[in-house]
Amino acid sequence: MTILVIAEHTNAALAPATLNTVAAAAKIGGDIHVLVAGSACGAAADAAGKIAGVAKVLVADNAAFAHQLPENVAPLVAELGKGYSHILAAATSNGKNILPRVAAALDVDQISEIIAVESADTFKRPIYAGNAIATVQSSAAVKVITVRATGFDPVAAEGGSAAVEAVGGAADAGKSAFVGEELAKSDRPELTAAKIVVSGGRGMQNGDNFKHLYALADKLGAAVGASRAAVDAGFVPNDMQVGQTGKIVAPQLYIAVGISGAIQHLAGMKDSKVIVAINKDEEAPIFQVADYGLVADLFEAVPELEKLV
Amino acid sequence: MKVLVAVKRVVDYNVKVRVKADNSGVDLANVKMSMNPFCEIAVEEAVRLKEKGVASEIVVVTIGPATAQEQLRTALALGADRAILVESADELNSLAVAKLLKAVVDKEQPQLVIMGKQAIDSDNNQTGQMLGALTGFGQGTFASKVEVAGDKVNVTREIDGGLQTVALSLPAIVTTDLRLNEPRYASLPNIMKAKKKPLETVTPSDLGVSTASTVKTLKVEAPATRSAGIKVKSVAELVEKLKNEAKVI
Repeated sequence: MTILVIAEHTNAALAPATLNTVAAAAKIGGDIHVLVAGSACGAAADAAGKIAGVAKVLVADNAAFAHQLPENVAPLVAELGKGYSHILAAATSNGKNILPRVAAALDVDQISEIIAVESADTFKRPIYAGNAIATVQSSAAVKVITVRATGFDPVAAEGGSAAVEAVGGAADAGKSAFVGEELAKSDRPELTAAKIVVSGGRGMQNGDNFKHLYALADKLGAAVGASRAAVDAGFVPNDMQVGQTGKIVAPQLYIAVGISGAIQHLAGMKDSKVIVAINKDEEAPIFQVADYGLVADLFEAVPELEKLV
Repeated sequence: MKVLVAVKRVVDYNVKVRVKADNSGVDLANVKMSMNPFCEIAVEEAVRLKEKGVASEIVVVTIGPATAQEQLRTALALGADRAILVESADELNSLAVAKLLKAVVDKEQPQLVIMGKQAIDSDNNQTGQMLGALTGFGQGTFASKVEVAGDKVNVTREIDGGLQTVALSLPAIVTTDLRLNEPRYASLPNIMKAKKKPLETVTPSDLGVSTASTVKTLKVEAPATRSAGIKVKSVAELVEKLKNEAKVI
């Protein structure tokens, strides 16, 4: 059994979710190869070669792969992946965009967002916004799977010395072109990798009031997230959304501020180790999952918390 | 330009689902069913394209049981012109659904296919991308903005780091994210008119598609529950607990 893991990367660097995906591959068992498809992605490939437990790194370096356009990357992955027992990618926006296209090209079903490996063909995954956990078994010749990062502790980024091999293959399919991107710039840790996350909801009242959360986050070395209500209201951009359809996080400490705790939000954060809720409504459902609840006006409690930590 | 919109009948957004005692699935007896919220956004986007004069005809398709006609009638009331039900009582996987949609695309020849990014029951987020592979069309997934310009469509996508815009050659596939638009409600006169709009029923075998699957569900369980903790009285007490009891700061 040999498993192909599709690296999540920015060409210049490997994204942390790759390490969780390799961890899931290690649970399945067998040799692990990592594919780095990108453009001028040598640095990401070198980093992939150092991941503990990786036997080989395949590098497809082509301008057509620079922005991970699925029309170009999926045929490459399908072609390379044919001989493997499993193809895994992180359930990031990129992995979710590419992998179903790979599965259909190989004429196999895909299994989305696994959170546990039971055996080489049996996996657990959440359905109904995490309100049920399904155990599914695949008889496909190639098992194509996306991995929810929070379900697997990352493997060590260092310690491996895999051979790096250049591969060719499909290039520009001519169906799509990259136009541009607006990426959030932040000195704070990435939401999905942060040890502490401070999130705000509708109770923040407006975008400007998020400055209280930024101040607290900077004191704690935390990332800042938001509920769907806060994003829909335009307080903050979409990349900050924590929840079923946003980012799934599981930090050591999650501080929910002015968040009522809709089920879709809980689906994105309930695997956090410790949950703190600050809300002036003592009936808010968020208190049902919080380890520590504080019924208080957030505009008094958050600045005080910032002073005391 | 013809637009094909694919929708799914799912358990209503507001229903709290329960796992069956025998762990065979979730209990859907007597629960309210609705159109998947992401699919409502897809219908709305198609209707807006028609209102702008970009789309000339909107065909709505669903794959599901006979009762899924309700969701097709809803889409017709919102502004779709005609409907196709691919009737299947079985719960189908995304690949089977994508193959059925491919057969409908071959027949209807739409320039744009719009569908939700995921269904809130299976949470797969696969069908649009799979249809992309099967048709060879470009895909603009997780769309927050769609602009048709000549023989191209520009799609702004919600990605982990922010927003990305891609230009796709038509025909193309768009899957919708939450902030693409805010769906309207159907008016009573439009609900009445929708009853007279054409609705065609076909079966997977009519379309010559096998819906066999390589994945089977062995069991469905309730997730581990998290019990409520304690209420603290002050910020000072909270900080003390986080430092000395939870040891997380």
